[in-house]
Amino acid sequence: MSFVLLVEQILNGLQFGVMLFLMAAGLTLIFGVMGLINLAHGSLYMIGAFAAAATAAATGSFLLALAASLAAAAVVGVLVEMLVIRRLYDRDHLDQVLATFALILIFSEGTRWIFGSFPLFLEIPDYLSGPVSLPLGVQYPLYRLTIIAIGLVVAAGLFALIARTRIGIQIRAGEADREMIGALGVDISRLYTLVFALGAALAGFAGALIGAIQSVQVGMGEPVLILAFVVIVIGGIGSVPGALVGAILVGLTDTLGRFLLPIFFGTFMEPSAATSVGASLASMAIYVLMAAVLIIRPRGLFGAA
Amino acid sequence: MQRETWTNLAILLGLLIVPLWAWVTDEPFTITLATRAVILAIAGVGLNIALGLGGLVSLGHAAFFGIGGYAMGVLASHAQAYSPLLEWPILIEGTKSMPMIWLVAIIAGALLALAIGALSLRTTGAYFIMITLAFGQMLYFFMISWPAYGGEDGLSIYVRNGFPGLNTLDPIQFFAICFTLLVLVLWLFWQVNRSAFGLALGSARQNPDRLRAVGIHPDRTLLVAFTISGAVTGLAGALFADLNRFVSPTMFSWQTSGEIMVFVILGGVGRLMGPVFGAVLFVVLEHVLGGVSEFWHIYLGAILLGVVLFARGGLIGLIAGRAVAHG
Repeated sequence: MSFVLLVEQILNGLQFGVMLFLMAAGLTLIFGVMGLINLAHGSLYMIGAFAAAATAAATGSFLLALAASLAAAAVVGVLVEMLVIRRLYDRDHLDQVLATFALILIFSEGTRWIFGSFPLFLEIPDYLSGPVSLPLGVQYPLYRLTIIAIGLVVAAGLFALIARTRIGIQIRAGEADREMIGALGVDISRLYTLVFALGAALAGFAGALIGAIQSVQVGMGEPVLILAFVVIVIGGIGSVPGALVGAILVGLTDTLGRFLLPIFFGTFMEPSAATSVGASLASMAIYVLMAAVLIIRPRGLFGAA
Repeated sequence: MQRETWTNLAILLGLLIVPLWAWVTDEPFTITLATRAVILAIAGVGLNIALGLGGLVSLGHAAFFGIGGYAMGVLASHAQAYSPLLEWPILIEGTKSMPMIWLVAIIAGALLALAIGALSLRTTGAYFIMITLAFGQMLYFFMISWPAYGGEDGLSIYVRNGFPGLNTLDPIQFFAICFTLLVLVLWLFWQVNRSAFGLALGSARQNPDRLRAVGIHPDRTLLVAFTISGAVTGLAGALFADLNRFVSPTMFSWQTSGEIMVFVILGGVGRLMGPVFGAVLFVVLEHVLGGVSEFWHIYLGAILLGVVLFARGGLIGLIAGRAVAHG
């Protein structure tokens, strides 16, 4: 195991974690403010990726594609919130799970209907492709490094939005006491739509950024959604800092687990057996992490005790 | 009560008459569809014990369905390859005997539910949903990356497992086996619901503090219910694998969990025949809409959304009225 490879894997884990944060931040805000468990969040991720791929194919501009992903996911988010989600706020979690599960079916099949079953591809633009040289002889793809940077900037922006702005105050107040901020004259239903659109836009943006690394296809959102759930369970539901810490923890655990476990088993097993045992256990690593966090802190790392 | 009882009888009778009619008119495909509905109904009844009686919104029941399926797959694949499952410390051979496989599937489902339940029940509400979902996904990825039993490709079993005295390859005889098991499982659900344990379970759902006050531990009550639920769903998984003579990690996927939950909700949560009605409707929709359009999931989604938004208490609730809906 070389040092350079390890640094690369740590960066990969960081990039994965930052992406998970974009998904988890929206989920955790929506849950914290509206008390809604939204399974269709992965569909918004997918919609962002498809909007980006379609725009890039039509215009050839990556920046326009990113803008399209934000806009499309936010618009769909607003529509879904106003048509369906709004009716679910005062229902129990079971109804929310079922209704958003139904939305997944509709969005996934609808996308398959429009774009077909074959994956689309989103090209990394020239100015972001190729490796960059980092100190200590590490070579790392510029695009992935950009994702890490964008993710950290978005995280900082989100913290500033929540801590410093009037909307942020309303969001925090909404988490603490829904009835009270309504009584104080804040238009709750507008605030809810806004928060939902914000979460949707972040998910769509994440979808577009990842779409350029992986393929853009139907069903791409749900695995990420479930990982985002793991993230917010670890971080504590409703907590944005928790989502950030949880996302980075999950990203690093998953990536390093896949890298280090086969090597670890290779020290005392045959190479082929070590690879398969290592890979099997690595796929479970983040869930073991989640279970461990739950045993120590059932409400997550940053959750209210 | 009366109207729901009649509805229940009608559903059960319909589920019996249709395959018998198909048997008389020699349409084995219809019998297979009915068998599929019956097996999915057993999985739904399993979830209904946790979800309907205990109020535990588990989005990870595919784990138990899958482990039941793999119990069948692993035992039967060793039997068909004539290779023992384990030679040391004791010799364990594979088997092609259904009762043996069911027993293993039930025990495996129960043990897995005990482990997942013990961890997940430390939390409640949305945490519980997400954690059960995550554990289901964990097993899904584990099965995909574990190469010993087919990995992502799954396992094919060439000949359906045997049941003493019956020819299980005959569709109507296999249907009869599954239908009998469904009736047994429904009887179990009914017994659980009316027992002292069922009362405790109902209070654990509605008011855990009061239950604690009378000296019963709500978490333990819920864990027992979750374990029973996992065992029943495991049995359904073994039957489902036998129906298809094939198991794959798809049985563990989160969509499977979602679908099992859909059966329960479509029919009516906490109602005896809710999952049966839901599963039958699901299979009929899958068959009818699947013939109309390749994208039948859109219609399924729309129907589901309609039921959740406008028909609370499920479709049995719509037919039989809300009077008996649980609290």
